Amino acid sequence: MKQWLNPRSTLGITLIVVALVALPFVAAMGGQAWVRILNFAILYVFLALGLNIVVGFAGLLDLGYIAFYAVGAYVYALLASPHFGLHWPFWVILPIGAMVACFFGVLLGSPTLKLRGDYLAIVTLGFGEIIRIFLNNLNAPINVTNGAQGITMIDPVAIGGLKFSGTTQIFGFSLSGPQKYYYLLVALAILVIIINLRLQNSRIGRAWQAIREDEIAAKAVGINTRNIKLLAFAMGASFGGIAGGIFSAMQGFVSPESFSLTESIMILAMVVLGGMGHIPGVILGAVLLSILPEALRYGVGPIQMALFGKMLVDPESVRMLIFGLALVLVMRFKPAGLWPSPERKRELQGDA
Amino acid sequence: MKRRRKAPFPHIAVDLRLMDIFLQQIINGLVQGSIYALVALGYTMVYGIMGLINFAHGEVVMIGTLVTITVAGTMIKAGMPVVLAGFAGISVAVLVCIALGWGLERIAYRPLRNAPRLTPLITAIGMSIVLQNMAMIIWGRNYMTFPPLFPKIQYEFAGANFTAVQVIIVLVSALTMGGLLLLVYRTKLGMAMRATAQNPAVASLMGVNINRVIAAAFVIGSALGAVAGVMVGSYYEIAHYQMGFMLGLKAFTAAVLGGIGNLGGAMAGGILLGLIEALGAGYIGDLTGGFLGSHYQDIFAFIVLIGVLMFKPSGLFGEKTGDRA
Repeated sequence: MKQWLNPRSTLGITLIVVALVALPFVAAMGGQAWVRILNFAILYVFLALGLNIVVGFAGLLDLGYIAFYAVGAYVYALLASPHFGLHWPFWVILPIGAMVACFFGVLLGSPTLKLRGDYLAIVTLGFGEIIRIFLNNLNAPINVTNGAQGITMIDPVAIGGLKFSGTTQIFGFSLSGPQKYYYLLVALAILVIIINLRLQNSRIGRAWQAIREDEIAAKAVGINTRNIKLLAFAMGASFGGIAGGIFSAMQGFVSPESFSLTESIMILAMVVLGGMGHIPGVILGAVLLSILPEALRYGVGPIQMALFGKMLVDPESVRMLIFGLALVLVMRFKPAGLWPSPERKRELQGDA
Repeated sequence: MKRRRKAPFPHIAVDLRLMDIFLQQIINGLVQGSIYALVALGYTMVYGIMGLINFAHGEVVMIGTLVTITVAGTMIKAGMPVVLAGFAGISVAVLVCIALGWGLERIAYRPLRNAPRLTPLITAIGMSIVLQNMAMIIWGRNYMTFPPLFPKIQYEFAGANFTAVQVIIVLVSALTMGGLLLLVYRTKLGMAMRATAQNPAVASLMGVNINRVIAAAFVIGSALGAVAGVMVGSYYEIAHYQMGFMLGLKAFTAAVLGGIGNLGGAMAGGILLGLIEALGAGYIGDLTGGFLGSHYQDIFAFIVLIGVLMFKPSGLFGEKTGDRA
């Protein structure tokens, strides 16, 4: 903590704070859509940091992480929408969502944690699919999730009298709905980042890293590997649950479609591409991978028009093509991720 | 069969009509399972040798199907005999898939051989996205009809129906798998593959060319994938650029179910998965008193998988793995 207090870091932090405060106004110049993209980027930072606990710290490959996000989103949707006629306040639901997701994390974790490596991966993947299929079909005989149509008209976040949907005037500034969510998300994200940083260097964090490096050795030095692994699952799941709740409130609409396996894979890609187990790297990965497809969405069409004068190929597929190629190329030239932790970098160079 | 059927579903009255349904589900499951098994072999071979989940394998299968549609479809439209068109279509599909598998290994995976474990996984995911979108650019978003390469004949056996295509699928799968087993257990290349799977470093000291063996695993897996692609196409008579994803997922599940890295396990896992799905979809309504319908079909694969792995952590036929996580 001490090194943070020297003048250079203070300047850096001030600059970051100013940038974070100003960002939604800059983005709004390009339209509210960009603020929304920004919000999703922060939401993905949230999710990627949650998954980083499981994959990056504890070394457990989880391909069904989106399931916890889904659970959080549906808990919020069910407790704050006309679907059941419940309208609980968001600060009550969010912890409930985190707890339910945490419960599911333990439920998934407890029978499967003795599995190793890729067996665990496929089981978590299966679990994610099971959750999605249930969400898709639990509209009969009792209508719980409203099936594939999803749940609509979910209440937005409201703190006191301040509703987060629609525009409000504060101190002469006009703040749009997405901009308000932006500040909420940034505040939560900073909280999550601090929790993550503190976790990393805690007793638990070091136990996770020990398990990641060598499970048997970790057991031998007295780490209760089962409980510690379960804790990683539970914590990762709670982060997912909270992110899901915010997603639900922000969108006002959830459907099983948002929680496909592709999303899980995307979040994993953010973690690995950024630099597994290294918090700044994971944040970078999440921001890049969530903004890149959107930037390409706006870029590919016009560039084609400019180059060839007409649309040669469907911009949608080109954008995903470039995205896939970017994944391959980054992994080819930066196998440890874009911004790996210093120790990991050293290890890799030692191998070669 | 009759006696075994009664045990798991004792409350279902023995009725000749139900018997037919049961037999029908067994046939459907067997056919679907053969396809899973063929695709699963591609996953398990690559995994067994280099410990990589080749996520792009499902897309290779998809491209096999679409290439066959283009080649065979065009030739049939040009008035050439169906047999010739079918033969040409399948050959081209196999060749394209082989090239694709070889290229994937050479360009995407080989440079990452010593990278951290999850790096090639992300590459595989990236390649899967690339291949899928390339297919979309080439073949478009729409569903395509698969040309009728095999005669449409229906047989009836004890009240259950099956088609010539279904028979061909099971036969071709059985033959291909038999051939693969011969290759792996009776040839020098097979021996090299098994040695590499056990320990690449030692195998290379014994004079095995690791690069060639790994390339061979990709090539053979992709060829099997192409065959599977043709089978899928003729079974469902329809194809789409996104079809590889779910098929690949199921096949990978099958490979893990049987014990990944184990050829026999992949075959058994595939067939088992097909049977479980067919029977599950057929009977889930009766078993749960109508509470759950057949749209829960996809859930069975995963529930069975989790159940099996809880008791046998390395799959049904997998050897106990060491501490390679």
